[in-house]
Amino acid sequence: MSGLEDLYREIILDHYRSPRNRGELPVPPAHRTDGFNPLCGDEIVVYLELDDPTAGDNAVVKDLRIGGQGCSISQSSASMMSAAVMGKSVGEIRDLTRSFKAMMSIHEGELEGTDIDDAAPGSDLPLGDLEALRGVVKFPVRIKCATLSWNTLAQNLEELATS
Amino acid sequence: MEVNGSVALDVAAIRQDFPILSTTMNGKRLVYLDTAATSQKPRSVLQAMDHYYETANANVHRAAYALAEAATQALESSRATVARFIGAASANEIIFTKNATESLNLVAQAWGRANLAEGDVVVLSLLEHHANVVPWHQLAAERGITLRWIPVTTDGHLDLTDLDAILDGAKILSLTAMSNVTGAIPPIKQLVDAAHAAGAIVSLDACQYAPHLPMNVADLGADFVSFSSHKMLGPTGIGVLWGRADLLDATPPFLGGGGMILDVTTEGFIPAAVPQKFEAGTPAVAEAVGLAAAIEYLNALGMDAVRAHEEELTAYALGSLSDRFGADLTIHGPLNPAERGGVLSFAFADIHPHDLSQILDSHGVGVRPGHHCAKPLMRVLGVGATARASWYIYNDTDDIDTLSDALAAAKDFFSV
Repeated sequence: MSGLEDLYREIILDHYRSPRNRGELPVPPAHRTDGFNPLCGDEIVVYLELDDPTAGDNAVVKDLRIGGQGCSISQSSASMMSAAVMGKSVGEIRDLTRSFKAMMSIHEGELEGTDIDDAAPGSDLPLGDLEALRGVVKFPVRIKCATLSWNTLAQNLEELATS
Repeated sequence: MEVNGSVALDVAAIRQDFPILSTTMNGKRLVYLDTAATSQKPRSVLQAMDHYYETANANVHRAAYALAEAATQALESSRATVARFIGAASANEIIFTKNATESLNLVAQAWGRANLAEGDVVVLSLLEHHANVVPWHQLAAERGITLRWIPVTTDGHLDLTDLDAILDGAKILSLTAMSNVTGAIPPIKQLVDAAHAAGAIVSLDACQYAPHLPMNVADLGADFVSFSSHKMLGPTGIGVLWGRADLLDATPPFLGGGGMILDVTTEGFIPAAVPQKFEAGTPAVAEAVGLAAAIEYLNALGMDAVRAHEEELTAYALGSLSDRFGADLTIHGPLNPAERGGVLSFAFADIHPHDLSQILDSHGVGVRPGHHCAKPLMRVLGVGATARASWYIYNDTDDIDTLSDALAAAKDFFSV
């Protein structure tokens, strides 16, 4: 069961059982984005409030809440993400997202025979608790679970930037 | 004879015919419980397809050499085998498609476009697979037809309380013959009669029905019946649409291309007669041969025995899992094995289906988590996803017991 224990690290199960920043925010001032994994029906809702949405990459996360339902990987990843980006600037979030995705795509990169050292700038940022999700790459079908919240947050930021 | 709880089939002997069932998954004996998604294939099917390619492969129709004649013969004899298997009046009523999804699209696109206008009513049920939903949504967007839905009860059966009102004025009832989620088998004859009385034709999605129950299209009384080869021991890449001869004659072609025409000019074309009218392009000949071999395999077992075996196994699964897990197990479907097939959707111990199937996988048990392409039904059941175990002729009570032990291990793993 060693593979399984890599996937379901204790910290992941802890975030699953006691999700951080769970709930809703009033819209506006917050902006809401719904993300779906059409393969398994998982759903993540990101409510994001920036201190100054016009400040571009320098805008800072004033508050963030997570809604939705899904498996332990999608929900714990969302919980860890919410803790990691609270108080961070949009620019920092972008770097963190790149780092997280680089960690998640290692397996895909190997499958495609590409060089795994060509990670994008910012991919060496310390990921902290998020490192616990590294085991997911051994289970390719679950990578979409782990990245759902990050993709939803990225979409939220994009919608804010273009609105 | 009784082997592992089955009086109807000798499962141990059957398993010897399926090479893949001797393999392992994550170092454990493979316990394949995902036949509702696709079935495994017996050696005879694989050999029949190899034999076709080794001895008879050529393109079918119109060629004057012996090999092409043999290929055409292989295709048409497979068509006749399918026709006999479902009690069709003629082999010409058997249309080979890519899969059941294409069959259902053919009904919606070819029959639907020719017969439905703005405001016409199409009746579906909330049990339907997306393959019997989306084509009608597409036609609704194009034609302004109206969809009405037969609701579902909490135990995953159709709720027929308002059936007459729902069917009133409808042009077609397009309905699953067995739910791929709850396993529920609707009272097909009653529904067909009610639809016909209302002036509607009936199209059945028999993907989960044809592989598992004796099926005679004349007895069912439907007008179209769709099913897939790969769920009934045959290869992927081929499906079947059966249609009443007069209805097929009156329905315009679906895809256009070679093989489906009588004549083509710069001004237009004249379609061929059925079944060629609906089979544009080179057909899946080897797959048709494989499907015929699969049907021969099922015929040798006898579809009555197949059904009896699955009913026994379903009763065993419902009983043993409920006894062991009590309130930890929620079954999304009818509890009477006579009203359902061997498809068991369930929720377990507050463990998400995706996580559950991951743990089962580590025990060699293959089940499917997700919405099973039936999102309208998921909303009725009030869940985003279920775990689904489904069985067939090669499963026995040992497989159910292994599933049961793996569920217990999953509960331990998540400490709930």
